[in-house]
Amino acid sequence: MAEPMLSVENLHVSFQTKDKEVRAVRGVNFSLNKGETLAIVGESGSGKSVTAKSIMRLLPKHNTKVKEGRIIYEGRDLLTASIRDIQKIRGSDISMVFQDPMTSLNPTMKIGKQIIEGLKTYQSISKQEGKTKAAEMLKLVGIPNAEERLDAYPHQFSGGMRQRVGIAMALACNPNLLIADEPTTALDVTIQAQILELMTDMQKKTGTAIILITHDLGVVANMADRIAVMYAGEIIEIGRAEEIFYKPQHPYTLGLLQSMPKPHTSRTVPLIPIPGTPPDLAKLERGCPFAPRCPHTMKVCHYFNPEMQHASGGHSVSCWLQDKRTPKENLPAGVGVV
Amino acid sequence: MKLEMNNPKPILPNKNGRHNQPLIPTEVTDDLFVVSPMDDIRQEELDSPPVTFWREAMGRLMKNKGAVISLTVLVIITVMAIIGPYLNEYTYRQQNTAHTNLPPKVTGLGWLGFDGIDVHRVDQYEKRHITENFWFGTDEFGRDLWTRVWKGTQISLFIALVAALLDLFVGVLYGGVSAFCGGKVDNVMQRIIEILVGVPNLIVIILFILILEPGITSIILAMVITGWVGMARVVRGQMLQLKGQEFVLASRTLGAKGTSLIRKHLLPNVMGPIIVTLMFTIPTAIFFEAFLSFIGLGLQAPLASLGVLIEDGYKSMRFFTYKLIFPSIVISAIMISFNLLGDGLRDALDPKMRK
Amino acid sequence: MKRYILQRIGFMLLTLFLIATLTFFLMHFLPGTPFNNPEKLTEKQIKVLNAKYGLDDPVALQYLRYLGHLVTGDFGMSFQYEGRTVNSMITTRIGPSALIGFQAMVFGTIIGLALGIISALKHNSIYDYGSVTLAVLGMSIPSFVFAALLQYFVGVKLGWLPPALWEGYQNTILPSFALSVTVIATVARFIRTEMLEVLGHDYVITARSKGVAEPKVIVKHVLRNALIPVVTMLGPLAVSIMTGTLVIEKIFSVPGLGEQFTLSILVKDYSVIMGITILYSALFILIVFIVDLLYGFLDPRINFKRGAEA
Repeated sequence: MAEPMLSVENLHVSFQTKDKEVRAVRGVNFSLNKGETLAIVGESGSGKSVTAKSIMRLLPKHNTKVKEGRIIYEGRDLLTASIRDIQKIRGSDISMVFQDPMTSLNPTMKIGKQIIEGLKTYQSISKQEGKTKAAEMLKLVGIPNAEERLDAYPHQFSGGMRQRVGIAMALACNPNLLIADEPTTALDVTIQAQILELMTDMQKKTGTAIILITHDLGVVANMADRIAVMYAGEIIEIGRAEEIFYKPQHPYTLGLLQSMPKPHTSRTVPLIPIPGTPPDLAKLERGCPFAPRCPHTMKVCHYFNPEMQHASGGHSVSCWLQDKRTPKENLPAGVGVV
Repeated sequence: MKLEMNNPKPILPNKNGRHNQPLIPTEVTDDLFVVSPMDDIRQEELDSPPVTFWREAMGRLMKNKGAVISLTVLVIITVMAIIGPYLNEYTYRQQNTAHTNLPPKVTGLGWLGFDGIDVHRVDQYEKRHITENFWFGTDEFGRDLWTRVWKGTQISLFIALVAALLDLFVGVLYGGVSAFCGGKVDNVMQRIIEILVGVPNLIVIILFILILEPGITSIILAMVITGWVGMARVVRGQMLQLKGQEFVLASRTLGAKGTSLIRKHLLPNVMGPIIVTLMFTIPTAIFFEAFLSFIGLGLQAPLASLGVLIEDGYKSMRFFTYKLIFPSIVISAIMISFNLLGDGLRDALDPKMRK
Repeated sequence: MKRYILQRIGFMLLTLFLIATLTFFLMHFLPGTPFNNPEKLTEKQIKVLNAKYGLDDPVALQYLRYLGHLVTGDFGMSFQYEGRTVNSMITTRIGPSALIGFQAMVFGTIIGLALGIISALKHNSIYDYGSVTLAVLGMSIPSFVFAALLQYFVGVKLGWLPPALWEGYQNTILPSFALSVTVIATVARFIRTEMLEVLGHDYVITARSKGVAEPKVIVKHVLRNALIPVVTMLGPLAVSIMTGTLVIEKIFSVPGLGEQFTLSILVKDYSVIMGITILYSALFILIVFIVDLLYGFLDPRINFKRGAEA
């Protein structure tokens, strides 16, 4: 297999507050090939956004610190690259779409200007060329009357339209990788589908790879090639989309799937919520971070954090249930038996 | 701690609050693979009740060094304002021609300038054979400035406090009624406020003082006439925001009456911004009082407020700088402390900071 | 837009009319007229004076006459200075006030902006703490206390600048500086808060994610959005400068409007008090109006058609 385009290796990121250290990301590993879509799924606070932002080096400097790890993009470590190199990579190689289109666009700058702003940083283009390019991008993401709307301000657009603008902005320089941080969370359900469709569509046209970050497994079903499930700053399960959906191995993934409504579930099958709340990342104790909420805990779970283990092919899980010594009666249906 | 007390298991917390379990395994051994649900302690820790809003706010305030220092300074100044005038044998109005214009003198604090020596390098105490010490010196009538400064602080604080409380009362009433009635009533009441906001406060205050003749009551009244508007706006804004919220609707559908709705649900929720506004009203009132005194519309002698003392001190600052310095320090300390405390409270009570 | 402006102007005139009315009746019910001074003036003299200034007419008539003059911009005659109109007193006195007020505003805004911007960009650094401390001091220490100390230490003790009087340009420096302290503090605090807020906005991260260089992000995205609300501070700042002139002109013996106002208050020269009150209020109302218009012009989100709410 060829070298992956991007690989994140053993990434540790912490937030430093006055009296404590919040270990937001704790040893994350994954890689991404050209043109591939990886979804990172997890509850809020699971470290998925922080992981994404550290790839772009967009974390606030004053209170965050990358403690360990490497992020290799096309042979270069982004974590040690100079800020000037990062600025060159941002927008042109890797770009980002954000969660809330209401706040991610500058309210006092015209749409057209915002779209080509990134382009202008590494290409000298004339005003007219810029306008043409911006209008072209707007058309591409399905905004009617593109030329006229270049001079509009963000508040004159609806939420869904703004997210389209956000995508146009991110794709303006033909990036190799698009990181979409909860791109549909702030939108209406009907608009959500449109935006996802637009992204898949754009991917087909431009061949860009996508990292899709979401807390909603339902969103990724049709779109992701691979899925990584994050919990308390760790990836606890990663694999091909079918594997995650049909052969989940980690009790947390299982819980997520059971708590998710599916179109074909009958009404008699209740949705099962996961009890409890995620742990406080400032005071993690020993053991598996999911143990306090896990219905299948064993003694070992309280004392040792499990290592990542291959389940099959590219499917890996970090859970003690995968261990051969686990008593059979403690295994939920479909787990462990490979 | 409480949770552990209720727990019958013999688990003793160690100094770190962690549980001293003698059997922490160091290796993954086969015997660890037995089903073991969450133990009670950790489960309960998981479900520990959330900290109440006020306690949390208090905690945040106490972490703010500036606010804590300010609070301490204010407590000290308030205590001094109450007992200060009685710490020596002089009264704030007692004149003595033998003791006029004495520089400050405190035995043992000579190196700090409390040496009784005036601008001409003459030790006035020695020259006039005065044995007692005047800690802050005396004024041109021989009145003791220590007593007068603290008496003045007392009066200034009193004026500011009463004015702020009256502002609060009128503002809560006006803002509350305006928000609660809504509709036309609210509209008319807001137009009135808009006009009042359009008038520079200080000018109205000056005009009212001119009519009412300077005095403690008239100064307070004049300040309240314009001062309540800010409070009313804050209260109305808060109330309107809360009015539409679900818990209010819920208690309304349960048949709660208007008054109990305000008292039980709305008031506790608007308290934060009101307290913060109050904290900023007090220094404003102190400033206005001093300002009025300084332009000659303040209290009449022999009564003293900080403003009056500063005005007196200013007139003779060339030769008796101490007369200006002491009241200036006190008023500045009060203003700084209230501002810092207000900032601290705003940060501590800001619900947006609450997760 | 046009409708909004007309509506606002109507409201301004109404406010001004109410202020004029209020001032008139307050002044009228003041205990004693300036001529009730039996020690110096005989009863007959008082009568003559009252008749001369129309003070013996019915109140309603005096009020209408006053309003009539006001519409033509005539504030009437001074009671204190024989034969001088309030208008002429204002015109001779407004110059110095305007000069120190303007200097204080410009100097204060520039220094305040600089302090606030540095503070926000170097958040939680020693620069930040320093300028926050300065701002708290500037906002807390009453202007007249600061002015008095400034006059004493810089003017008298060090003798660097003339401590008082109005003889040349160097005389304007201390009063302008004393006035500017509140401006510096207010602007610095305000821009700091605004910038910190804008820095936390997603669109700043968006800009960075597009590869825009940091200085450009600060100027084009952060500063621009943070500076717009600063315009709203102009109203309160103008008021603080007007109030400031009342005491600071007294301290530095500046022959300005503020000094005249305090003098007139002490001698109860009603027509001058009324004239200056109305002038100050009018200025304040006008500034608030201009600020609102300017804000709408600078911020594309504000749409005047939607209503008079500003």
